[in-house]
Formats: sequence, structure tokens, C-alpha cells
Amino acid sequence: MMKTSIKITSEKLDPEECYRFVADDSCGGIAAFIGVVRNDTQGKKVTQLEFSTYKPMAIKEMQKIATITLDTFDIQKIAIHHAEGMLQIGSIPVVISASAKHRKAAFLACEFAIDTLKERVPIWKKEYFSDGEVWVNAHP
Amino acid sequence: MKIQILFFGIAADLTEISSLDLDVVETITVASFKNLLKKKYTQLKQLNSYAIAVNESYAADELVLKENDVIAVIPPVSGG
Repeated sequence: MMKTSIKITSEKLDPEECYRFVADDSCGGIAAFIGVVRNDTQGKKVTQLEFSTYKPMAIKEMQKIATITLDTFDIQKIAIHHAEGMLQIGSIPVVISASAKHRKAAFLACEFAIDTLKERVPIWKKEYFSDGEVWVNAHP
Repeated sequence: MKIQILFFGIAADLTEISSLDLDVVETITVASFKNLLKKKYTQLKQLNSYAIAVNESYAADELVLKENDVIAVIPPVSGG
């Protein structure tokens, strides 16, 4: 039985797909983190976001995160899906879902997975404003 | 020996390159490769930090490169 679902796609992400993948008769709870494109950054109006990826490595890193999360928390299954390309305000760049016998592990697993993804996975976000564009985190 | 270099995100914008082949001396380490990179592409100084991946895995400074390795310049990531 596959316990992880990893995907990077230029198609619209579907949280329901992650939910269906992690659903399991042994689990009493499913938690999800759904990232959404916000309309401002530090008070500046964002018009759209572009995600570029080093796809083969990003997939590998996402798989590693899924495996570590499964090993660390008492969860049954985990899905980590990320979008690439141009995304409009309100669109979904990332969905993480985990199922567990009890809810606590599912919540913790989702938090750990998204935090680690943001630290390690080679994906870059460019913010577009009405007067230009900027790579996020490029000059920390 | 020949290695391939990939630039991503702001590193690709600064160098105006996404991929190139480079001839380097054998037994070059990741640390020496970074020095080489700094000299060859002074624009990268505008980046406070970046990581190096070798064949799709993050690489430590001590790693010795091999012929046909694929080296990626990974600026600070911002997925999610």
C-alpha cells in the first residue's frame, strides 16, 4: 500500500485528491494544510505569483519529507502536492494532508511537513506587483 | 573533466543562464567550485547565500565532484 503521494503540477491543485489518497478505514482523523496566494506582502499589493521548481530534486526532497514525517509521527498516510507556474490571488500553491488514528499526530505531521518544505524544497516564488516583480527570500 | 551547471530562481536571472557545461580540474570540491563560481559570476555576490546540489541532492563543501556531475546553484528557497 502506498503511504505517500507526491506531486508537482502546473494544473490546478485539488485538495479533495489529497483527502481521497490519505483517507483510511483505520484513521479517525485527517488534517490538511492548504496554502493560498495572498493579495499583499508587507502592505504591498500582489497581483500574482509565479512558482518555478528544480522539479526532479524538488520531488525527491518532498518524498524525503513525506518519509521522515511518516517515521516521526503516528500517521497512516501523507500527501504533499505543490503547484508550479503562474498563480492568481486565491489559488492554491500547496496542499499537505495526513491521516492518523488520532487527530494530534495528523495536525503535527502537516505542520512539520509544510515547515520543512519551506526550508528545503527547491521551489522559488516570484511576487508580481503593479510596478515590478521580486524573488521572495532572495535577499534575506 | 566536464560538469553541468544549473542556475535557478534569482541565480538564473543574475547570470542570465539556466544551464551550461563547464570544464573543471579533477578532484575539485564543492567548496572550490563555489570559489570558482564567485570569480566567474561576480553577480552572484548580490546573493547573501545559496546552496549547492550535486545530482539532485544538497551537497556539503567537502564533497569531491566527478565527471558528468550535475551541479545546481540553489538560492534561498521560497516554496509553499
